[in-house]
Amino acid sequence: MKSNILLATTLAMSLLVSVSTMAADYVIDIEGQHASVNFKASHLGYSYVIGRFNDFSGEFSHDSAKPGESNVKVIIQAKSLDTNHAERDKHLRSADFFEVDKYPVIAFESTSFKNGQLVGNLSLRGITKSVALDVTKIGEGDDPWGGYRSGFEGEVSLKATDFGLPDWVGDVAVSLQVEGIRQ
Amino acid sequence: MFNTVDRFGLISIILHWLMAIIVIGSFGLGWYMVDLTYYDSLYIKLPFLHKSVGIVFGLLLIFRLVWKVINVKPTFEVGLSRLERLAAKTVHWGFYCLMALIVVSGYLISTADNSSISVFDIFQVPATITSIPEQEDIAGLVHEYLSYGIIGLTVLHASAAFKHHFIDKDNSLRKMLGIR
Repeated sequence: MKSNILLATTLAMSLLVSVSTMAADYVIDIEGQHASVNFKASHLGYSYVIGRFNDFSGEFSHDSAKPGESNVKVIIQAKSLDTNHAERDKHLRSADFFEVDKYPVIAFESTSFKNGQLVGNLSLRGITKSVALDVTKIGEGDDPWGGYRSGFEGEVSLKATDFGLPDWVGDVAVSLQVEGIRQ
Repeated sequence: MFNTVDRFGLISIILHWLMAIIVIGSFGLGWYMVDLTYYDSLYIKLPFLHKSVGIVFGLLLIFRLVWKVINVKPTFEVGLSRLERLAAKTVHWGFYCLMALIVVSGYLISTADNSSISVFDIFQVPATITSIPEQEDIAGLVHEYLSYGIIGLTVLHASAAFKHHFIDKDNSLRKMLGIR
């Protein structure tokens, strides 16, 4: 009996140790606003509309020694979109575009990461598709306030029609800059 | 020009019919313009017209309320029951409240991002309240439903006017048409 408890404790300990030697977990720094989700769409082919989602949250795990084990999860509140134009934002939230009443959340969850390509499932407007983001690491290290951070930038071009958005929107360039605080 | 105890003055009559035309016209315009596609040549023009007319309407409403206060009110037709008088007053004040709220909610949609509203390119109305959460969406819903409400009230009001004119054969509609 005693040895069983000892065994269990040892197992639990080793499990904890093995967890902590795995990739570190980071929470995206929303509070300090060191993260952004942006999109850029063509306007008539003459210029661009630039927008962002202001309300999102996410976490990732990353170990610079084993980058292949990294994974990322981001949840975006669709209604927080902001193109600095109230009438356009209202229209973008309507059923003509994001239909945020019906599809309040845009979610991304990675499935693999190698050679700077983060592949994962993007759910938007009730449609889930695999997309591949080009990811570059911006930096990693101690911050001045006793914490430890690492940051990445990801870019992907999405076809509007793939997610049920009007075809005249064309391709939309999406970029994310995320800084995570190690937990 | 001014109202008397037995008839409406010219200013009151013009205000009534001009604002009636704007209420019905802006409703139709708003109804039509929200479904225009992005590449429609009227996509910019009609909302501009709708907003310009809406602001002018708000100014007319302020003037109308001032005019109402400084004028005498023609007396009710004889033989109206207390209930009929109360109903008439309620509908009239319902109109004033709806007109004001529709103008304000429309204004709050377009100015939610702190941009001003151009009135026929003649002058600008600046933004004031911009910090209500999801302001353009909430104001949009209020604007839409109150607009259905004012059309409903218009149907009720016009039906009552016809009832008084054709069935009761009294002078209530004639007074608003300026006919003796």
